[in-house]
Amino acid sequence: MTELFRKTAAELGALLAAGEVSAVEVAQAHLDRIAAVDSKVKAFLHLSADTTLAQARAVDERRAQGEKLGPLAGVPIAHKDIFTTADMPTTAASKILEGWRPPYDATVTSRLRAAGLVILGKTNLDEFAMGSSTENSAYGTTHNPWDLGRIPGGSSGGSSAAVASYEAPLSTGTDTGGSIRQPAAVTGIVGMKPTYGGSSRYGLIAFASSLDTPGPFGRTVLDAALLHEAFSGHDPCDSTSIDAPVPPVVEAAKNPDVAGMRIGVVKEFGGEGYQPGVLARFREAVELLESLGAKVVEVSCPSFAYALPAYYLIAPSECSSNLARFDAMRYGLRVGDDGTRSAEEVMALTRAAGFGPEVKRRIMLGTYALSSGYYDAYYGQAQKVRTLIARDFDAAFHQVDVLVSPTTPTTAFPIGERADDPMAMYLADLCTIPANLAGNAAMSVPCGLADEDDMPVGLQIMAPVLGDDRCYRVGAAVERALESRWGGPLLAKAPAL
Amino acid sequence: MLWKGWVITMADPMTLMPYEEALARFEPVLGLETHVELGTASKMFCGCQTAFGAPPNTQVCPVCLAFPGALPVANQKAIESTIRIGLALNCTIAEWCRFARKNYFYPDMPKNYQISQYDEPLCSNGYLDVEVGGRTVRIEIERVHLEEDTGKSTHVGGATGRIHGADYSIVDYNRAGIPLVEIVTKPIPGTDAMAPEVARAYGIELRELMRTLGVSDVRMDQGSMRFDVNVSLMPRGSSEWGTRTETKNVNSFRSVERSVRGEIERQAAVLAGGGRVIQETRHFHEDTGQTTSGRSKEEAQDYRYFPEPDLVPIEPDPAWVEELRAALPELPSARRRRLQSEWGVSDLDMQAMHNADAFDLVEATIAAGAPAADARKWWMGELARRANESATTLTDLPITPAQVARVTVLVASGALNDKLARSVLEGVLAGEGGPDEVVASRGLQIVNDEGELSAIIDQVLADNADAADKVRAGKIAAVGALVGGVMKASRGKADAARARQLILEKLGVTE
Repeated sequence: MTELFRKTAAELGALLAAGEVSAVEVAQAHLDRIAAVDSKVKAFLHLSADTTLAQARAVDERRAQGEKLGPLAGVPIAHKDIFTTADMPTTAASKILEGWRPPYDATVTSRLRAAGLVILGKTNLDEFAMGSSTENSAYGTTHNPWDLGRIPGGSSGGSSAAVASYEAPLSTGTDTGGSIRQPAAVTGIVGMKPTYGGSSRYGLIAFASSLDTPGPFGRTVLDAALLHEAFSGHDPCDSTSIDAPVPPVVEAAKNPDVAGMRIGVVKEFGGEGYQPGVLARFREAVELLESLGAKVVEVSCPSFAYALPAYYLIAPSECSSNLARFDAMRYGLRVGDDGTRSAEEVMALTRAAGFGPEVKRRIMLGTYALSSGYYDAYYGQAQKVRTLIARDFDAAFHQVDVLVSPTTPTTAFPIGERADDPMAMYLADLCTIPANLAGNAAMSVPCGLADEDDMPVGLQIMAPVLGDDRCYRVGAAVERALESRWGGPLLAKAPAL
Repeated sequence: MLWKGWVITMADPMTLMPYEEALARFEPVLGLETHVELGTASKMFCGCQTAFGAPPNTQVCPVCLAFPGALPVANQKAIESTIRIGLALNCTIAEWCRFARKNYFYPDMPKNYQISQYDEPLCSNGYLDVEVGGRTVRIEIERVHLEEDTGKSTHVGGATGRIHGADYSIVDYNRAGIPLVEIVTKPIPGTDAMAPEVARAYGIELRELMRTLGVSDVRMDQGSMRFDVNVSLMPRGSSEWGTRTETKNVNSFRSVERSVRGEIERQAAVLAGGGRVIQETRHFHEDTGQTTSGRSKEEAQDYRYFPEPDLVPIEPDPAWVEELRAALPELPSARRRRLQSEWGVSDLDMQAMHNADAFDLVEATIAAGAPAADARKWWMGELARRANESATTLTDLPITPAQVARVTVLVASGALNDKLARSVLEGVLAGEGGPDEVVASRGLQIVNDEGELSAIIDQVLADNADAADKVRAGKIAAVGALVGGVMKASRGKADAARARQLILEKLGVTE
């Protein structure tokens, strides 16, 4: 039998349901794997074997008592450290929340628990999800399992690395401008950004409220779909949550048939600034879809060119307000409270010490963009761009069922390469941002290795609002066809850790 | 939780111009912003309770404490109450509007932004008519919007209870997130010397409206209704409005009136002295009746408003709004018209009762069996005088409408005369029990025994032979002194009319 930690979530779920393994055994196998490799990968910020094994035992007991459990009961998961967990610290990878123990579970967390998923620990991220590499984490950088000298993507880089290094079969992420899809692409796994409002933000520490979207990582499209289904759906605690059934994502993942589907290639994404190896794998994936019976057309979305600047006004504006609550009054870090300083001084000292440089940069950008006299020119104008981007999507989806593009312009870059160049770093999200601005569903699936560096390339599949199942259908078709071509999953090509 | 205080600029030295002179030279323009805490069972954006006076920080949760990850969900009842207020104030109700974030740092505001409304208020462009000095003044309403209250800071160690000079401060977040409606008037010109009274009358009218709608307990002493009073002056003959000041959190109607007057006197002195009025917030002082400078608004806070992304727009169904409109209760102005016609009283009397906040009391007294005229007479006469003497209000007097009604019944039956009735009221107010108990304990029965009365009269006639002779000689007016003597001898318990009759009989005089 293959080592337990190499099995997919669907396989583990079946073994657990059949009683062939216990949740405790499965959890222990993953804890052992983490112990073996995480000193190299550094995916986790918090681990507690006792808490994990206690959860696993509880699932085994529920099963022993004959309770009918879901398909992921007893399957381990790595949880991004931006979701609150009542039994584990939650830091958002920031010094300002070091050691903070939330008094409540995020909706995503409680739904994981209800589905019987066993939380292995909390994964690393760029501080407050601001970044594309985990280099902005206050607790160190996570390493790409394909090449430890490279970034694992970000902000959900701990979650992508954990899954790509077989530390966990599944993980959670959040996607504000590409923070699930880009890490999935650069680590050779599947990452899905659900429709905005399709998964609850309650208990997700806010970066940009109108963009933040929780979503799943898995090594297969089906695994991602199973996790997507487990934690998505309407939540009365999140006013922006959509009160509609979860799209049939699992069914779509099991029916990878694209015959007759209309697929649009976004004209604006490709060309200068894109790594040739990325474009080559992308073109092959499109040809593959055509060979599977899909009808491929080129679609122009002219406003997408303005997505990146619009994003870097809207997201910092919202973050400048969302992060105001970290003021040393009620929780988290407090600096300089020695009885001689005013509350204002303590707040300022705490924020100066507690936030990293990228967070400060975005707070300042956002504060400026919202200022009296600048609002219309910046925030207001960016909202107009957002409307135009949504119209481009609407027009496109009148012609085609899904849009495709490379997920990222390049493969994973070396750690440190862009750390001092925010603009270069921001370009990592060039192709992923439009779906956030419009609230669409979008996925990244592996589509091969770039010739230049043998690093993974992702195919992005974008679908209309609440058309999440289309991403899974197309993603599963690509996955099946490529795996038969490769003779196995892409991750099998990754060097041993 | 403790913190050292914000630094607040100190009070400026103050000169005042006498009110009449100020009015002769300048015309005041008023503006009022009123905050009303809604009486909903739960807070604006979470399920926490809203009861006043709970132990500090016991009505809190991750949402109203702004814990990381927590999200607001709008209280639908609060939205409904705001729409009802808007309808009662003749406002247009928005078909689509949003909440907005007002960003500023303050320790008693957990998120360091307040969820409020900015350029899309739920209700706008209404009016409220108030009556002052027999004249109806239409106060135009700019907007009514919904927001959340902040926590409450207590500054410990200073002399004033304000943040300046305090050793440390403590915060109670129970109030944080209680739904708050802000009602903003348009500028109110043309009230001249009546400006302070207009401000007060508006406040009273608004409070009555809130009470009638049942949306708030409007307890000014508990802060569930608070006024910010804007005043500016323009020189007579000018049409250009002056710079306004905003006096914050004025918490009684009397203070509203006094603060307007005080600010007119102060600004007039500043302007007449060649100075300029600084746009700023000011604090009202109950003891002096004057205001002092708060923080200056000239280096105005930039609140960086933007639409609240955590909440969806409010889109009230027009049909539902019409249902709310149709279900509004009888509003105070309509009620006053009805009461005036039922009670048959003059405009002036109505005005007096309105100013004294006496409608509920008089109506309840009538309902408890008092004749309308008597109910009004006692509340607006003797009781108003006593309230005034003890610097309180009619509603705060320790006497119930039912007790007042009982007194009027005793008078009507002849068991008490007015003088005795006053004594009974005095006893009730002094806490000696209900009217019947006071009558018994103070021995305040009218003298009905003809024999006793006759004996008293004989004695009085003997003692006042001169007066008796004058009456006998036809100078009937002199009988007053004799009746007075009888009342004095009976210590007020005699029936004066009967005594007069008997005196005339005994002296053989007929009228």
